[in-house]
Amino acid sequence: MKTLKEAAIGSTVKVIKIHGEGALKRHIMDMGITKGCSIYVRKVAPLGDPVEITLRGYELSLRKEYAEMVEVE
Amino acid sequence: MSYTIALAGNPNCGKTTLFNALTGASQRVGNWPGVTIDKKVGKIHGTDSELVDLPGIYSMSPYSPEEIVSRNFIIDEKPDALINIVDATNLERNLFLTLQLLDMGTPMVVALNMMDMVEAAGDKIDIDGLSKDLGVPVVPISAAKKIGINDLVNKITEVAESHQKPAPSRFSGTFESAIVAAEGALKGKVPEDSIRFYAIKLLEGDKDVIEKAPQAREQIASAIDAFEKEYDDSADSIIADSRYDRIAEVVGSTVKRAPRDEKGTLSDRIDRIVTNRWLGIPIFIAIIALIYFIAMYDGAWGTSPGAWATGWLNDWFGELGENVAAWCEDNAVEPWLTGLLVDGIIGGVGAVLGFLPQMIVLFLCLVILEEIGYMARVAFVMDRVFRYFGLSGKSFIPLLVGTGCGIPGVMASRTIESESDRRITAMTVTFMPCGAKLPVIAMIAGALFGGSVLVGIYAYVLGICTVILTGVIMKKLKRFAGTPAPFIMELPPYHAPQLFNVAKAVFDRAWAFVKKAGTIILLSAILIWFLCNYDFSLNMVESINDSILKWVGDGLKYLFIPLGWGDNWEFSIASITGLVAKENLIATMGTMFGIEEISDEGEEIWDILATMLGSAGAISFLTFNLLCAPCFAAIGAMHRELGTWKSTGFAVAWQCVIAYLISVIVYVVYGSIVGAQIETISYVLCIINIAVLVYLVWARDPFRQLNKSVEEEVE
Repeated sequence: MKTLKEAAIGSTVKVIKIHGEGALKRHIMDMGITKGCSIYVRKVAPLGDPVEITLRGYELSLRKEYAEMVEVE
Repeated sequence: MSYTIALAGNPNCGKTTLFNALTGASQRVGNWPGVTIDKKVGKIHGTDSELVDLPGIYSMSPYSPEEIVSRNFIIDEKPDALINIVDATNLERNLFLTLQLLDMGTPMVVALNMMDMVEAAGDKIDIDGLSKDLGVPVVPISAAKKIGINDLVNKITEVAESHQKPAPSRFSGTFESAIVAAEGALKGKVPEDSIRFYAIKLLEGDKDVIEKAPQAREQIASAIDAFEKEYDDSADSIIADSRYDRIAEVVGSTVKRAPRDEKGTLSDRIDRIVTNRWLGIPIFIAIIALIYFIAMYDGAWGTSPGAWATGWLNDWFGELGENVAAWCEDNAVEPWLTGLLVDGIIGGVGAVLGFLPQMIVLFLCLVILEEIGYMARVAFVMDRVFRYFGLSGKSFIPLLVGTGCGIPGVMASRTIESESDRRITAMTVTFMPCGAKLPVIAMIAGALFGGSVLVGIYAYVLGICTVILTGVIMKKLKRFAGTPAPFIMELPPYHAPQLFNVAKAVFDRAWAFVKKAGTIILLSAILIWFLCNYDFSLNMVESINDSILKWVGDGLKYLFIPLGWGDNWEFSIASITGLVAKENLIATMGTMFGIEEISDEGEEIWDILATMLGSAGAISFLTFNLLCAPCFAAIGAMHRELGTWKSTGFAVAWQCVIAYLISVIVYVVYGSIVGAQIETISYVLCIINIAVLVYLVWARDPFRQLNKSVEEEVE
């Protein structure tokens, strides 16, 4: 299973599924990371975490531990 | 007619700008009940209607305090109408909230903001088409340029008048039939108007809704099964997916995007530099240094505007005190009244209000950083460092501001979104050595350490270590920390600050501070003044050595013997008067040791301190006073951020306890190194304290019983 955490910087990936449950999963989906959505991995913070992604026309940053919950193609 | 209108929208969509444009100066700022989130209410220009600004939220799932507040307001207070402000440059994500609001059955208008930027980019949005697709009136506006505001006011009044309900968006197939089944099961158990909202929440497994109608979920179990099977996913995922699919459809048919510049927008280009892998941290440090030099610096290279203004105001209060004293003498005013006015009120409140100019300069810098969108980048750049001790990247700013003055430091913690991070930050900021503590540090360094700069460095390292230690421990205490919010954060595009927004935000914070100074700080200053100047038969005393406070000190000194302060009541009293303002403790000691005029750094009593305390006792005295409860003004600021006196009391008690624990350890460790004579009790306490701290830091759930009782309370 490949996750958003492993996606290379500068690559565009497509979301397959959000793992996990509860508030965290809901929050990830509320921010627009849902099945079929394409995500551009823009950059990683100076200290290696979190990552910055572009989706649905806006910029979002999230820690790698949460990026790991997002399964991508 | 007067209506109650609520304003809802995502963070960073121009909501504050629109609120200011609609209400102008008629705003009142308060708190939402039970949480420390600003509640702003104002009258809409040219109408009798009242506008309530709901917190910025991305969704109506009831997880963050902001979401709960918004949801409860719409459901329980039933506003007559709802303005949903939507960022037209970021339509997809913004409409996610819109779809949820539509289900709530409140008459509604969508205010499509930032239309000027959409046009500038060459994009086209079919407003009528959007309105038809969403089933709700849509008004294009630009809050920043005040375009379309009148149309919006007319439309929202019309909608409120006619109670025209929006048409919720329908989904297809088994999903829609599951919603219908859920609506049937909930009939009569929830408000009829928002039944669709509840029905969808029931499908999502929302705890609040299941509680309201316990059997409903079982009744529709088969319908949920059917559609979960059909989509091969869990219900909450399907619902979020369907909403975004629906949005994609709407946006696809109504928005025509012009081709984008290859290099990206100006904001993209700025961000490429500001959060660059190599430049991100140097730029951050440079910006922090700049703020420091604008607001706080006072040294070899001159005086910063902030420090200059604060110095000026402090001098002014000093002169005011002298003038009032002289006037009182000329007019034969009773000495007690003169004392109360000059030493109690002007001295006490002046010591606090003197910091106002510096605070305003600091707030100005911070609000501008927030407005242009840099604060979110600070969190992005610094998150890695701070997460380990229960703080967010944004905690750095309050801590840094706290080295100037703890009050703006505590108040700056309000820019932190996560409630738990905000609370921990607010209660740890004052561990940093603030401006008022510097004379105390200089006094101890001068009296016993030959003015060594190491004492100053020790103070900062001690502050930082205690912040980290407290963060690590607090994170384990559910009662205080709450559930940690995940770091999933929007990085909004950079934009120029709105002058009015900046002025308003700075004014609100400064005013909140002045109000505190006028009430709680005033009362506390008078109380301490009274204790210093009266004996038990309520006669005014010549010297503090005959006062009620001396009696208190005689009792308290035993508590501080393990800290190496010896059999001296003066030091415990000095620590108490430090509560009015930390630099006060030097003046108090001057009085107690019979010095008429004491200098800022207390040179006159250096010899006395050296003999009475010794170097180990002095370093422990300094440690305790750096860490223990801050001045009343800072406690007042903490109360504002923590919400209740219970939490504030807890925070202050925590600070005093941690100060005590650490001071004993510092005393024994340093005393052993320099060969001071240490009492057995100190050794015993030192070992116990180290054991307690190690346990709190290493144990996974040291507050098991406490946490359990909180969980039960919540349930």
